[in-house]
Amino acid sequence: MNIQKLTEKGPFVSLLMGLPGGGKAFMGILLSAAIFIVVGNQFVPEGNFFHVPTYMVSLLGKYLCYALLALSVDLIWGFCGILSLGHGAFFALGGYAMGMYLMRQIGDRGVYGNAELPDFMVFLNWQELPWYWFGFESFAFAALMVMLVPGILAFIFGWFAFRSRVTGVYFSIITQAMTYALLLSFFRNDMGFGGNNGLTDFKDILGFDLRADSTRLGLFVGSVLALAFGYLVSSFVTQSKFGRILIAIRDAESRTRFTGYRVEYYKLSVFVMSAVLAGIAGALYVPQVGIINPSEFSPANSIEIVIWVAIGGRGTLWGAVLGAILVNWGKSYFTGALPEAWLYMLGGLFVFSTLVLPKGIVGTFPIFYANIRSKLSGKSETRQATEAGDI
Amino acid sequence: MRILKTALLLGLLFVFAEAEQPVHAETLQELTSALSVKSYSKKAVAVKKLAASGAEEAGVILHALMDGALFTRKTDGKIVLGLKNESIYSLSDPINGSALGQAKKSELKKVKINNKVRIAIRAGLGRLDLSHPDSEKRISAAAAIFKSGDPSMLGVLLELVKSETDEDVLPAIVRAAAALELTHSLDIDARINAVAQLKSTGGPEVKALLIKTLSNIQGPATPENLQLESALKGALADVERQLETYGLIENLFQGVSLASVLLLAAIGLAVTFGVMGVINMAHGEMVMIGAYTTYVIQETCRLYFPGFLDFSLIVAIPLAFAVAGTFGILLERSVIRFLYGRPLETLLATWGISLILQQLVRTIFGPTNKEVSTPGWLSGAWEVTSGLSFTYNRIAIIFFALVVLFFLMMVLKRTLFGLQMRAVTQNRMMARSMGIKSARIDAMTFGLGSGVAGMAGVALSQIDNVSPNLGQAYIIDSFMVVVFGGVGNLWGTLVGAGSLGIANKFLEPYSGAVLAKIFVLVAIILFIQKRPRGLFALKGRSVEG
Amino acid sequence: MFNLKKAIGKLSTAALVAAGAFGLAAPAVSAEDVIKVGVLHSLSGTMAISETTLKDSVLMMIDDLNKNGGLLGKKVEAVVVDPASNWPLFAEKARELIEVDKVDVVFGCWTSVSRKSVLPVFEELNSMLFYPVQYEGEESSRNVFYTGAAPNQQAIPAVEYLMSEDGGDVKRWVLAGTDYVYPRTTNKILEAFLKSKGVKDEDIMINYTPFGHSDWQTIVSDIKKFGSEGKKTAVVSTINGDANVPFYKELGNQGLKASDIPVVAFSVGEEELAGLDTKPLVGHLAAWNYFMSVESPENEAFIKKWKTFIGDDKRVTNDPMEATYLGFKMWVQAVKQAGTTDVDAVRQAMYGQEVKNLTGGTAVMNTNHHLSKPVLIGEIQEDGQIETVWNTEGLVKGDAWSNFIPESAKLTADWTYPFVCGGCEKPMF
Repeated sequence: MNIQKLTEKGPFVSLLMGLPGGGKAFMGILLSAAIFIVVGNQFVPEGNFFHVPTYMVSLLGKYLCYALLALSVDLIWGFCGILSLGHGAFFALGGYAMGMYLMRQIGDRGVYGNAELPDFMVFLNWQELPWYWFGFESFAFAALMVMLVPGILAFIFGWFAFRSRVTGVYFSIITQAMTYALLLSFFRNDMGFGGNNGLTDFKDILGFDLRADSTRLGLFVGSVLALAFGYLVSSFVTQSKFGRILIAIRDAESRTRFTGYRVEYYKLSVFVMSAVLAGIAGALYVPQVGIINPSEFSPANSIEIVIWVAIGGRGTLWGAVLGAILVNWGKSYFTGALPEAWLYMLGGLFVFSTLVLPKGIVGTFPIFYANIRSKLSGKSETRQATEAGDI
Repeated sequence: MRILKTALLLGLLFVFAEAEQPVHAETLQELTSALSVKSYSKKAVAVKKLAASGAEEAGVILHALMDGALFTRKTDGKIVLGLKNESIYSLSDPINGSALGQAKKSELKKVKINNKVRIAIRAGLGRLDLSHPDSEKRISAAAAIFKSGDPSMLGVLLELVKSETDEDVLPAIVRAAAALELTHSLDIDARINAVAQLKSTGGPEVKALLIKTLSNIQGPATPENLQLESALKGALADVERQLETYGLIENLFQGVSLASVLLLAAIGLAVTFGVMGVINMAHGEMVMIGAYTTYVIQETCRLYFPGFLDFSLIVAIPLAFAVAGTFGILLERSVIRFLYGRPLETLLATWGISLILQQLVRTIFGPTNKEVSTPGWLSGAWEVTSGLSFTYNRIAIIFFALVVLFFLMMVLKRTLFGLQMRAVTQNRMMARSMGIKSARIDAMTFGLGSGVAGMAGVALSQIDNVSPNLGQAYIIDSFMVVVFGGVGNLWGTLVGAGSLGIANKFLEPYSGAVLAKIFVLVAIILFIQKRPRGLFALKGRSVEG
Repeated sequence: MFNLKKAIGKLSTAALVAAGAFGLAAPAVSAEDVIKVGVLHSLSGTMAISETTLKDSVLMMIDDLNKNGGLLGKKVEAVVVDPASNWPLFAEKARELIEVDKVDVVFGCWTSVSRKSVLPVFEELNSMLFYPVQYEGEESSRNVFYTGAAPNQQAIPAVEYLMSEDGGDVKRWVLAGTDYVYPRTTNKILEAFLKSKGVKDEDIMINYTPFGHSDWQTIVSDIKKFGSEGKKTAVVSTINGDANVPFYKELGNQGLKASDIPVVAFSVGEEELAGLDTKPLVGHLAAWNYFMSVESPENEAFIKKWKTFIGDDKRVTNDPMEATYLGFKMWVQAVKQAGTTDVDAVRQAMYGQEVKNLTGGTAVMNTNHHLSKPVLIGEIQEDGQIETVWNTEGLVKGDAWSNFIPESAKLTADWTYPFVCGGCEKPMF
């Protein structure tokens, strides 16, 4: 795809048209599922087989946020070979930015009726709002911060790490150290982010009551759009020349460097982009689950994200989405159905899928996948996206 | 000779106690029944009186009270000594020891004690134990008197200062006597002398006493008072300076101790991750398996060899190695061997395994903490001087960590297996062509790493929870240590653990525990920028892969 | 001692359950003749250590109820889910219990954050939660009944006791806690309380540690240092569950005796002590509303039932279990009284509900959704039990809003006319 094409048809349409077959199919499935769910929730009466309860809508909205997060990890890991074991940090920071906006929206409806300070600050004797809370009463500012804060952190972190050529497992471990340090910091009540309880008790967003079914549906639609947007962007990036260089870096970093590319800048750009996507996912996640708390920073969470991607299929965008939705659905289901044994199932799934499906669900059925793709796009690609070299 | 002395002392004690007796002497019977009073303050007074009576039986009664073996019989309110035998108590008279039949639990009411009463009992026993043939008992008796500050003991102590021959006991007695003299004597010279004596012993308790005395100086600023005050202030400054030095030493010890814990936790990972390149997320669970093995051994000992209980920990070390090592070999054969060359996939698979192992332990042992008791020879602290002490279990862990490191190095450097192992890691193909069974070596290496982790579990069971979450608590720290030190280098692991542990402990007093940890993490991140392959990086082309 | 046979039995059950999972065969009992009780306690993750016991307690009581003819002529059925110590998952599971499983009441949560996470769900769907753990107060929801202790039922009596002559006349205080909302709030209340009793700033030391803190060497020696200033010192510990074992192990090894510097804890009960060798800890204190060692016929029966149910003669009982027991008993009584499980009717019937507690007295549900119950202070014994050394004469009413926090002192929680409010400054009607 080239720039000229973009300007001719308008960027969005061209982007859609430029998707590979699997991507088009994915967008089709995503959007039709979304329409089905919206209709099922709003226009099908309760009791009907096709009725989708609001409970389900929120749950799916949550999965979609996870899917966007998985997408952001896949973008750097699947396409550039950067394994971040700390991506939950960017997700959580986006979530906190949104949470701060939602906190400020509570106004004087908190238990202590203080219009200026959130409840947790009131009972910890804070006299005034700390400086870093200013501006969050505005949605626009908060939305900007949702992208800026993770982006800037990723920029600084990546700037140092990539320039020093920290690679492979060393990079993974220091991302883990980063998210762990953030976890500990946010646990501290002195930080002014509510400590372990985090931010909770949200009332409304942009004036809409968060408890209303219509708001939930709106957030769900928002998540669908964000995922679609994230998918389009990632797809565009990975197919551009830029994306090909990323893949080159993934497969042979030194050679790419010797060919004359400034590897660190490519890495840095995609890392920042990925962090911003993760931040957006976090921001959409928080109003739907109603709480943001430091445990989102926990290293275990970040490892799990990587596992979603691996199970779905690393290096294929829709594999990441599929993996996130599948694992989380499994978790929701089994924690209810098998409270005592679900960890065996989950752990077993991880072991099983690495042993039996080394390329993830999407990569393991390549014939099936290739068939669909050739049918849809009428051409066959030689490159197998999943043939990724390991870090 | 010794007996004679004891008898003499006892006599002295009695004479002294006699002088203390109130005008209307109470009988032992009355003193004992006073113990049934409900108020703890009154009970403490009753204990004091009982001890002051000096009667030999008082010791028995006080010990029984301390151990919770004194009861009030509900029928007649008489205080009896009850020995539990199955569900029935056999009673006896606490004073003359005559049997009083048996009673059920519901017929008795325990004479309860609390900390206040416990302090009084200890002081009282101190009075009685001062002449005990066991020198340990005499030391603790003197310490109890020091704490209670009971002025009536001064005379006895001063006698003892002259007669005590045991060099270990004498300082304790001198200290107790000096304390009493300082607080209760009226003679200014004696008091100043006492200050000097106290200064020479030092320690936090002396500091507390000096502060207290300083704040209690009353009356006008007579030359005598001023003199005392300046002596006290001088001594206090000295003691504080000394305590500060001790604090620094203690801090260093704590750093080394934390470092040894980190080293133990990380050393197994240095093999599985460092040498083999397996990102072993189940490493923590191997530590946990070691800790649970310790628990099972201890319980088995408790059931079948109770006399041996104190040494179950020693037995647990090789067994934990064997059990965790077996788990490791099984793991390698069933899962990890399919994943060589794909380190990331080992991360995912071992993460799954760690979830399964945690749940497995939860299913078998239940989710609650298990008690692994500290054997007698590891409990308590080695008191170097007053105010400076190191706990035995921490000292043991430091040594243990070093021994394990040494053992591992020997295996790697001095055995055939170690040689083969290094050969396989460096060049698998070449090693195989030389006739080394690389698959077997892989399994053994993973088993070794896991086994070492299991041994770490034995040590950690002494200072931390034995629970399904044990492993999770150490996994991140372990990775930090290995990466900081440089993957594939045991010396790096040692230096890494050492510097992280000591840095953490030196930051902690200034910044608090949380911030110290955060600083250390940030420091690791920055350090890796400077040396992207850790402190002791392997060099050469093979590592670039 | 673990029982190999039993463990194998448990394992095979787990395996069977796992195998049957894909069958997805739900028990075919029509919704008409069962009353469903949701159990929302973490069975995995960091909180499983404490919460699993409470899940078992609820199951035991449901079992007991069914053996005695059920409730309103119906069978009571437990719906157990595992929120896995994951706070957003708590909210999700709460919603699932209420909307999908249609439970009539939920027993659950341990940490404050899990309660905060599910609170909006219960309020939105107007369901009922029984929360059985001591907590920081500063909350009263229409949809939650708090059967654990509020700070005035635990912290303040404990400090008062230590200040008394019997308790050792303590003058200097270390407030040590895990850095989260319960210790923060409790310490804030205690600080205000201590100052109101004339304790000076320099005689109070406050220290916070992270969750799961395991290296206590520095803090224990700091405490020792702080205690050597010539005044009787005590430690008030709000250290959270997991970190307690290494803390007490360090106390024991450094030889910090209860007679020198007593430690009074609000989160350490029999269950936590079961993981410890308590010989060096004799005399350290705990403040609760229940101890296993209390002698009463109800307690004896309860302990016996528990040991039989769990199949382990060494298992202990603890305060949150009693709180669960009280909540469950009260709910059963209220349902009987209301004749229905309808949430609004049961809520009305809950007020003033009185049940026998396990320590030989009673517990009463107040209109602020907190219990009135006795406060006990006990000392740790060699056998891991806690023996009462002091208890309140009557019942202490749980305060939703502490009087020692200025902003909250003016608030009233009263869910009956004329307030009908969880936190108001004046009556609504």
